[in-house]
Amino acid sequence: MRSRKPRRALLVLPCLLLSGCDLVVLHPFGAIATQQGHLIVVSTVLMLLIVIPVLAMTLAFAWRYRASNSEATYRPDWDHSTSLELLIWSAPLLIIIALGAVTWISTHTLDPYRPLQALKAPAADAPACATPLIVEVVALDWKWLFIYPQQGVASVNELVAPVNVPIRFEITSSSVMNSFYIPALAGQIYAMPGMQTELNAVINHAGTYEGFSANYSGAGFSGMHFRFHALAQADFDAWIHATHGNGAMLSKSDYLRLAQPSEREPVHRYAGVDADLYAAILNQCVQPGTACRAMQP
Amino acid sequence: MRELVFGRLGWEAIPWHEPILLGTFIAVALGAIALLALITYFRFWGSLWRDWITSIDHKKIGIMYVILGLVMLLRGFSDAVLMRAQQAMSFGDSTGFLPPHHYDQVFTAHGVIMIFFVAMPLVTGLMNFVVPLQIGARDVAFPFLNNFSFWMTASGAALVMMSLFVGEFARTGWLAYPPLSGIAYSPDVGVDYYIWSLQIAGVGTLLSGINLIVTIVKMRAPGMSLMKMPVFTWTALCTNVLIVAAFPVLTAVLALLSLDRYVGTNFFTSTLGGNAMMYVNLIWIWGHPEVYILILPAFGVFSEIVATFAGKRLFGYASMVYATVVITILSYLVWLHHFFTMGSGASVNSFFGITTMIISIPTGAKIFNWLFTMYHGRIRFELPMMWTVGFICTFTIGGMTGVLLAVPPADFVLHNSLFLVAHFHNVIIGGVVFGMFAGITYWFPKAFGFRLDPFWGKCTFWFWLVGFWFAFTPLYVLGLMGVTRRLSHFDDPGLQIWFEIAAFGAALIFLGIGSFIVQVIVSVRNRARLRDTTGDPWNGRTLEWSTSSPPPAYNFAFTPIVHDNDAWTDMKNNQYDRPVEGFIPIHMPKNTGAGFVIAMLSASCGFALIWHMWLPAAVAFAALLLAIIVHSFNYDRDYHVSAAEVLRVEAARTLSLAGRS
Repeated sequence: MRSRKPRRALLVLPCLLLSGCDLVVLHPFGAIATQQGHLIVVSTVLMLLIVIPVLAMTLAFAWRYRASNSEATYRPDWDHSTSLELLIWSAPLLIIIALGAVTWISTHTLDPYRPLQALKAPAADAPACATPLIVEVVALDWKWLFIYPQQGVASVNELVAPVNVPIRFEITSSSVMNSFYIPALAGQIYAMPGMQTELNAVINHAGTYEGFSANYSGAGFSGMHFRFHALAQADFDAWIHATHGNGAMLSKSDYLRLAQPSEREPVHRYAGVDADLYAAILNQCVQPGTACRAMQP
Repeated sequence: MRELVFGRLGWEAIPWHEPILLGTFIAVALGAIALLALITYFRFWGSLWRDWITSIDHKKIGIMYVILGLVMLLRGFSDAVLMRAQQAMSFGDSTGFLPPHHYDQVFTAHGVIMIFFVAMPLVTGLMNFVVPLQIGARDVAFPFLNNFSFWMTASGAALVMMSLFVGEFARTGWLAYPPLSGIAYSPDVGVDYYIWSLQIAGVGTLLSGINLIVTIVKMRAPGMSLMKMPVFTWTALCTNVLIVAAFPVLTAVLALLSLDRYVGTNFFTSTLGGNAMMYVNLIWIWGHPEVYILILPAFGVFSEIVATFAGKRLFGYASMVYATVVITILSYLVWLHHFFTMGSGASVNSFFGITTMIISIPTGAKIFNWLFTMYHGRIRFELPMMWTVGFICTFTIGGMTGVLLAVPPADFVLHNSLFLVAHFHNVIIGGVVFGMFAGITYWFPKAFGFRLDPFWGKCTFWFWLVGFWFAFTPLYVLGLMGVTRRLSHFDDPGLQIWFEIAAFGAALIFLGIGSFIVQVIVSVRNRARLRDTTGDPWNGRTLEWSTSSPPPAYNFAFTPIVHDNDAWTDMKNNQYDRPVEGFIPIHMPKNTGAGFVIAMLSASCGFALIWHMWLPAAVAFAALLLAIIVHSFNYDRDYHVSAAEVLRVEAARTLSLAGRS
């Protein structure tokens, strides 16, 4: 009895260490990321069904059949057993069939392009009929521009959204590849010049979260992060109102200045945005005189 | 005129102001001077040229590949130490000691060097050394090409090393995704160093792949049908098929990138119809098979070792072979899992996720086959076997996190995170590096005639194994905390402890590498005590153990005849008598310096192109063509080892065998 206690303490130790830090990927604050984190746990448990026996057998066989153990059976010519062969191919196969089914279903339900209203139970917190908030995201060297077309405002290195309202991000980049990632909210998606990607997500708890680029994009990459503020609807409306009131406008020429490489850019807010700025960025024709790519946003 | 000769090269290309680089340069220069002095002092130049540089003997070329891989491991590991140190101290107000300009080169060079100039030479070196011996051949099918391939690989490595002291290396990550690697965002020489070193080394890799395929297909000893080939040879065959099918894609995609950079085409730019995702697709169509190119030979090594040290036939030989072939084929159907997050549809992502998981089925079957080879065996825990058990325990975990990353929604939250970094180091260190150390320890006595010292070998093993887990477990945790890769600075001081643990792990691995160097030195000094006179120090099962250690230049006085897939065990069980007379002259290829000369000209041409030195580039290219033409008129390519010489060598072996018993 006495000897068992410290051993149990040893088992608890790694859990303590892990709980001491913030495993945001496993304990996020948005419905999509929650399901993605859950999927990591489910898949790991499924695979441990086979990994743990393999590890146990490795150590057991290595010990049992060590050369100095003359009691163990030694059959130097035993090299085939049909039933064992069936087992060693079918056991992993069964696990992969289960995991493959989980993969097919979850990849479709958690597809970042899938509008959130279609999501079933876990997103029940989100009002089913709410029109999503649209945010146009532009990765710049080395900062993030967020345009809110419905509200007509924009911000740099600061993203603000109401809780429990579906958000639809439309994402592109001005120069090189970046990846738009807010671990607390949902999985990442690349931001690529001349191309648009989408992400549908919802944040379920008010708070301030970290967002950043998850794909190396050059010298200023390490500083390319922003704060994501999830606010109650009333606070969000107040923020929009305040931003409208601050007077600064984001025209195409302002954008061209903003797009110049800079590091650790402070937060800017814009009361108004040139209406076709995002389309021009996506089609790479903000610069006067450049022809737009033949591409629909 | 100055521009035509010197291009962009000027004195400012030398990093005078970077103390780390300058210090490294001085150390490397002093080391090189000392090495050259020693070679001169021991009058080794002639022998170096005749017996090594111009050698077309597959065994010597194999050894040179392994030496190249180990030397470059020191460089790649230095980069790793710089990264671990930087990430352990760069928090909050401290920016560490590496500015992004330098740090970004370091992680790019680390990846490029570890894959192309450490893992590839080690794998190719082992295959080169072992395959002809295992199939009872006297050399590879194209011996000159083999020498040329090696020197092309070495030239590529030399170019990467040169970027340290002349100019700079790419700051793009090891796969150099455009548009970042395009001329608009990387106008300096870094990406050009990347392109030309990989192109030159790639020629070597491709030719060596063709060479080994032909060798395995055409030169097996009589009786060795495909299903009697040793498993290492099987994995070598599959790996070289992958090389031949995949490397041309790399060559093509890098050629397109260089067209974008040199002549202003727009294949991968974001304007004028270019598409960067085309590059990402193409490079991963090469890149995913590449990881199987590395791991399959390691699987082969473990298969040989498990059977030998369990003293038992390999369990499930046929299923092992089919598993290898299935992995070979499937490795072409998974490339998109490297960019699930680039916006493919759910069905496409699911398809590539599930094909990726399917690879774990044959891989799992292989692990079970090794387990059941140990089962009912009599396992001697010599060093190679320790590496094997360490491999199974480590690699299984790495495989599991790999399958986890293949689930697209999980990848969305783990892609590009330190979890991913931990995963691929888990399989590459736990699989390829452990496999190469196991293979080097296993075949070292065959190559040099004495074993490696076991005490320092155990130190190497334990430092690597424990060091690996200390270095990469924290990265798994950090990945789950949402920390991404390639950052040179962090704001959250709560993360620091994990990076410090990882740095401690790197220090243990440093001791592991140090122990390996000590092991080699101690073994050379104690070679008399560690001598292997039998040619078969481990009670091996395949043909390479039937020759002397080291084998004679011609490998086998008579080509052996094979009746079983454990050919040498079969010969031993049936009281095989070694032939001691009746020898006939042996037809052998002759050494040539042409491969070395052509490779050096290629490197010069590459260097000139990197710096836009158009005139020297044209001269080097013309000289290169001329050298190839001149070499094609060289008809003095073979000779015969006389029967008397064979008799002398074999009689010496008879004496040495008798002296032992």
